[in-house]
Amino acid sequence: MNPDLVRFDDVEYRPPILGGVTLAVHRGETVALVGRSGAGKSTLLRLVNRLLIPSAGRVTVDGRDTRQWDPIRLRRQVGYVIQDVGLFPHMTIAENVAVVPKLEGWPQTRIAERTRELLDLVGLPSADFAARRPHQLSGGQRQRVGVARALAVDPPILLMDEPFGALDPVTRAEVRREFTQLKKRLRTTVLVVTHDIAEAFALGDRVGVLDAGRLIAFDAPSQVAASNDARVRALIDAVPSALP
Amino acid sequence: MTLVRFWMSHASELQGLLLQHLMLVLVSTAAAMAIGIPAGIFAARRPRLGRFVLVAASAAQTVPSLALLGFLLPLPFIGGVGPRTALVALSIYALLPIMRTTVTGLRTLDPSVVEAGVAMGMTPRQLLWLVQLPLALPSIITGIRVATVIGVGTATIAAAIGAGGLGEYIFRGLAMVDTTTILAGAVPAALLALTADGLLAWAERGVRTGQVRIGMLVTVGGAAAAIVILAAGAGGYVRSTSVVVVGSKNFTEQVILGELLAQAIEAEGATVSRKLNLGGTFVCDRALRTGDIDVYVEYSGTAVTAVFHEAVPRESGRALEQARALYAAQGLSVVQPLGFNNTFAILVRRRDAQALALQTIDDLHRTMTRWTAGFGYEFLQRDDGYPGLVRAYDLRFASEPRGMDLSLIYRALAEGQVDVIAGDATNALIDSLELQLLADNRQYFPPYDAIPVVRTAALLREPAIGRALARLAGRISDHDMRAMNAAVDLERRDPKSVAAEFISGLGAK
Repeated sequence: MNPDLVRFDDVEYRPPILGGVTLAVHRGETVALVGRSGAGKSTLLRLVNRLLIPSAGRVTVDGRDTRQWDPIRLRRQVGYVIQDVGLFPHMTIAENVAVVPKLEGWPQTRIAERTRELLDLVGLPSADFAARRPHQLSGGQRQRVGVARALAVDPPILLMDEPFGALDPVTRAEVRREFTQLKKRLRTTVLVVTHDIAEAFALGDRVGVLDAGRLIAFDAPSQVAASNDARVRALIDAVPSALP
Repeated sequence: MTLVRFWMSHASELQGLLLQHLMLVLVSTAAAMAIGIPAGIFAARRPRLGRFVLVAASAAQTVPSLALLGFLLPLPFIGGVGPRTALVALSIYALLPIMRTTVTGLRTLDPSVVEAGVAMGMTPRQLLWLVQLPLALPSIITGIRVATVIGVGTATIAAAIGAGGLGEYIFRGLAMVDTTTILAGAVPAALLALTADGLLAWAERGVRTGQVRIGMLVTVGGAAAAIVILAAGAGGYVRSTSVVVVGSKNFTEQVILGELLAQAIEAEGATVSRKLNLGGTFVCDRALRTGDIDVYVEYSGTAVTAVFHEAVPRESGRALEQARALYAAQGLSVVQPLGFNNTFAILVRRRDAQALALQTIDDLHRTMTRWTAGFGYEFLQRDDGYPGLVRAYDLRFASEPRGMDLSLIYRALAEGQVDVIAGDATNALIDSLELQLLADNRQYFPPYDAIPVVRTAALLREPAIGRALARLAGRISDHDMRAMNAAVDLERRDPKSVAAEFISGLGAK
């Protein structure tokens, strides 16, 4: 079995958006990518589930180039949580969570069971929430539904793009804490993007720093925190208590 | 009150027309949905090609409805007098709002929702059915709502080409200058539009708030359509093939004559379908040649000039023979004339005629430089109409003559909007509005003897037609015709009962 679940080999995407990024994500670890707006973080994530195709270099998932993957098969194995959540407003919470299991053709009873389990897991008791609609939930609750939906078929990879970005600081800390708890119970490999280096240090087993389309640091949080690179320091110094 | 009485006395006819109207709107809107929604989806996905599709639909939308019907009439397969042409026209009008709202609905979706669908591994088809269409549905229903309301209104025009519907009353009322009859059609049409608007607004709201699911809408809509179609079928909307179809032009005398022919043929034992109030000479002639109608009453002079574009002999027997020969070459038979001669009449207000001592058309030379003329659209166009009149009498009016609807022209003269008009010599309004006929002293107008024109094939197929026409031959005098016109136009009586009375009187004579 290939130890690197996701690999970037000298990947470019319409430089300077992304220029020559090389990085490997090990099975089961959480990698947090941090950088200013426009540093290329979201682009990097979207290359993993083939929403984008690299201009040069290659992205491999489970040892296979994304260009050789059937995009539909690939995406069903990669959970994706975005800042705007993107819940389907015309479906109930339960239906939202059940989308991918349904696409995968699971039997009804298994879908119902899995939906209940996931909603309980993210702290939204199914009895209360299953039949509600997205607009009846708070921002934090919607974000949790987004996570539950992304985890529905227990995908080996979870991509999270500023998952807590739209939340107020208190809710944000709360959801983040819950996510850390959740991660311990799952064996998912996570790639999370944030502009908040404190969040990156809190979530990531390893932290990558992106600047102007290039990966300028990629190491354990403590190593990154100790970096002398001016661009890394600028990110850290912007947050008063950013140290891990 | 008179309106309610009218509805009560015409209950079964009203019901039939209402069903025809519903049928026209439902079928055309359904067809527009079947074409417009997929076309809208296509246009939303391929914006460049889509723009052409939308422009084409917009262009079709700007064609005035009567003109569109005129374009469609002569076309093979989709054309012809009857509901088919009307359905095509109505579908074309319904297309644009449905297509446009489909495109708008799909283009204005929240991009993060669409991206979530793609990233979850939906195929384009799944994305369309599970996410894009359900979310665009309220917008699409708005389009259907607009299309339906426009359709209910536009469908009233369908009566002009014999497709039936509530427009029958409106056109009949216009021809008779009778507000009650106009309202008898206009009020239910308005109510129908309001009901459709309300129901679809409810559906739209329901879909938006998620209380109504697509499945539910399809079921309810399908059930409603099925009920209407069944009811319309039971109501005899679908006509059997062995029916004699009687047509008429769109003025009172023609409607009465149509009724007379229809009832006379029915009395001989054949089944008759009425397509009265069709439009002008050209529409009736075209309908007769294509077999959409089997018989209608033409006038000898009109036939020779307006239909065949030949010069008319001034002698009525020769004009009749010429018309008969010309029609025969087309597979159409002219049987015996009905008896009266409905020539063109140049009319002025009686008080002007007395004050200025006007007696003949030549006398117009004294006043024409101060006067404005008003003529029917057909009269303005026809060789034996305005252009010939001006040449024959060397007339020159103060301004270009005003084109007007025939049903309005007498009143326009009486009310002083115009000073001289061309009308029918048998029109009942001449006496009641105190108008004066000017003598045709240079014998410009040819004879206009009323002649039933029949498809020869129909005459052979259904002997009842021949028997009925023989019974009417030579039996309707100028006086009879004016009296019947007066009964309908002035006494507000139903053409049907006026015709029935005349036929029952025939036996006694």
